[in-house]
Amino acid sequence: MTAVSSRQQLNYIAAQAADARVNLEIETEGMTLNIGPQHPATHGTLRIVAKLDGEQVIAADPVMGYMHRGYEKLSEVRTYPQVTTLVNRIDWLGSFANEVPFILAAEQLMEVEAPPRAQWIRTVLFEMSRIANIVLFLGDMAVQVGAVTPVFFAFRDREHILNQIEAATGGRFHPNFDRIGGLKDDLPKGWIVETKQVMKKMRSFCDEIEELVMGNEIFQARTRGIGVVPADIGLSYGLSGANIRGSGVDWDVRRDGTTGAGGLVHSELDWRVWTHPDGDSFSRFWVRLQEVRESTKMVDQLLDGLPSGPIMAKVPRIIKVPAGEAYVETENPLGVMGYYVVSAGGLVPFRVKIRSASFNNMSITPWLLTGVYVPDIITILGSLYFILGDIDR
Amino acid sequence: MIRLSSNDTVDVTAAFGADETDAAAANGSATDEVREAMLSELQEELGEAVVESHIAAGVDITVRVTSEAWASTAEFLKNEMGFAYFNFLSAIDWLPSPFGRDMDSQVDLALEPAAEPVEPEEMEHGLAGGETRFQVLARVNDVAGHRAVTLKADVDDTAMSAPSWVPVYAGANWHERETWEMFGIEFVGHPGLRHIYLPGAFEGNPLRKDYPLLARRVKPWPGIVDVELMPTEQTDEADGEAPETPAAAALATPGESTEETGDA
Repeated sequence: MTAVSSRQQLNYIAAQAADARVNLEIETEGMTLNIGPQHPATHGTLRIVAKLDGEQVIAADPVMGYMHRGYEKLSEVRTYPQVTTLVNRIDWLGSFANEVPFILAAEQLMEVEAPPRAQWIRTVLFEMSRIANIVLFLGDMAVQVGAVTPVFFAFRDREHILNQIEAATGGRFHPNFDRIGGLKDDLPKGWIVETKQVMKKMRSFCDEIEELVMGNEIFQARTRGIGVVPADIGLSYGLSGANIRGSGVDWDVRRDGTTGAGGLVHSELDWRVWTHPDGDSFSRFWVRLQEVRESTKMVDQLLDGLPSGPIMAKVPRIIKVPAGEAYVETENPLGVMGYYVVSAGGLVPFRVKIRSASFNNMSITPWLLTGVYVPDIITILGSLYFILGDIDR
Repeated sequence: MIRLSSNDTVDVTAAFGADETDAAAANGSATDEVREAMLSELQEELGEAVVESHIAAGVDITVRVTSEAWASTAEFLKNEMGFAYFNFLSAIDWLPSPFGRDMDSQVDLALEPAAEPVEPEEMEHGLAGGETRFQVLARVNDVAGHRAVTLKADVDDTAMSAPSWVPVYAGANWHERETWEMFGIEFVGHPGLRHIYLPGAFEGNPLRKDYPLLARRVKPWPGIVDVELMPTEQTDEADGEAPETPAAAALATPGESTEETGDA
């Protein structure tokens, strides 16, 4: 562009050399940055030990276990209906969705199927817990880049969803509503109309977030091209949900389930799976935003087509599950969640392996955080979106 | 600002149409043939290493391989068969509870005088059989083909080790750390087996069946409370298993069933 005088060039070289000396000095010192366990970006108590070279991370090591509750061991001393109380606390923002795969696995072993109405209401609540969960992410992601307002919008609008979940199940956060063979109760009177209004509110919330956050220049600068996960790396780490769809992998267990699980009726609805080719923090945010919209449409369709009939199949009052093994996974708000249930034929499971989404999603962080700058740690963690209870179990 | 998202939308719309047919094929009656084909492909490559298999029609496939072939199976699945997605890895301890199965009984042995550990019962292995007490268990997916397979391998009781999957699936790292911590199975070739959940000085492998859940040893099992009949349902014929033990009576005190502290 403009001609540079030799004097300027010499000055520049001298400055570079000075910088290099400073860098060299810093390098020898090194620094270990300890993030957490208490940090707003950790959604619980996660600690990340990052070794820094200047502003750059050269190694990151997440330290988990601050919230390990041993659900796999505890499940071995709980009856099947009692296990849902435990697993409710795994991903506490979308609790109902945690119950569903476990109940489906138990149903598969017992060879019972919930009646159609129960399956439809189950799917309604499943999708509503997804909305309640991801709405908070949409607001929270803005906090990670320094915008405080959207999270208040998110808390405000999530309240509508929680009110509906509470009206139907009796619990705002931990419904414990799913039963082997159906549901605890039918929907209350007037619930369908109210829920449809709430879905409208959620759609306008999505529009609001799209205008407020996604187009924002700072947000774009902080998320575009940051934390890029190539599809093959994401697959080998077992990423799921929006994290893998944000890398352009078109895979959604609701549509492509491999475990032969009945019990949810997504196949009867008109919806689509969203993917984004970039694989960066922005694309993960974008995919989640579209997913909330898609879920609100699903809930509308489900409520329109709700079949009548009983909500509970005929199951014995004392649940004894015949010996066998079943693995059922579903597409939960945070990603794929599955239960490998081994039954020895009795009141309690012999072994329950909980495959939770966040554990896999977070296992990529040592790879992903290496080489990024310190402020980006927060946005990358935010965009991977984990719940600590879902990692530690 | 809206423009950005609409631009991105274009890419994915084109890709959508093709996938619906795939999904229909995977859910249809062809599923069994798909799983049979997977099994024969594995048997062809691995030969004797495939010990046993189990196909639940239209539901799932479980393949048990020898522990020596554990890593090479993963390599073949990933590189040749398209199973690029690592789902999970864990283990199963098939030992029946040495505490007289009180966890599963109607009578809480912890409160009875006969709470001594009894001789372990015979082990019964699940799908695809097994010979050893411990089995490693893993699942991988073929995301594009909508297929998945559950793999098992026996772990020798004395060696207590299995080849690591980390060179094949990077995501196996944390799962193997967890399995090592919870079951004490060594993964040969793992870059750094160390505690993941429990404190560094923790001793024992909590998910082993002979590791006592201390919280349950000192307190009555809350499961029995649920089995107790409601007063109005005494005549119900299906429930002849009402616990009429002193243990059940002792459980009537409220506020004991909610604790869920771990095991240490």
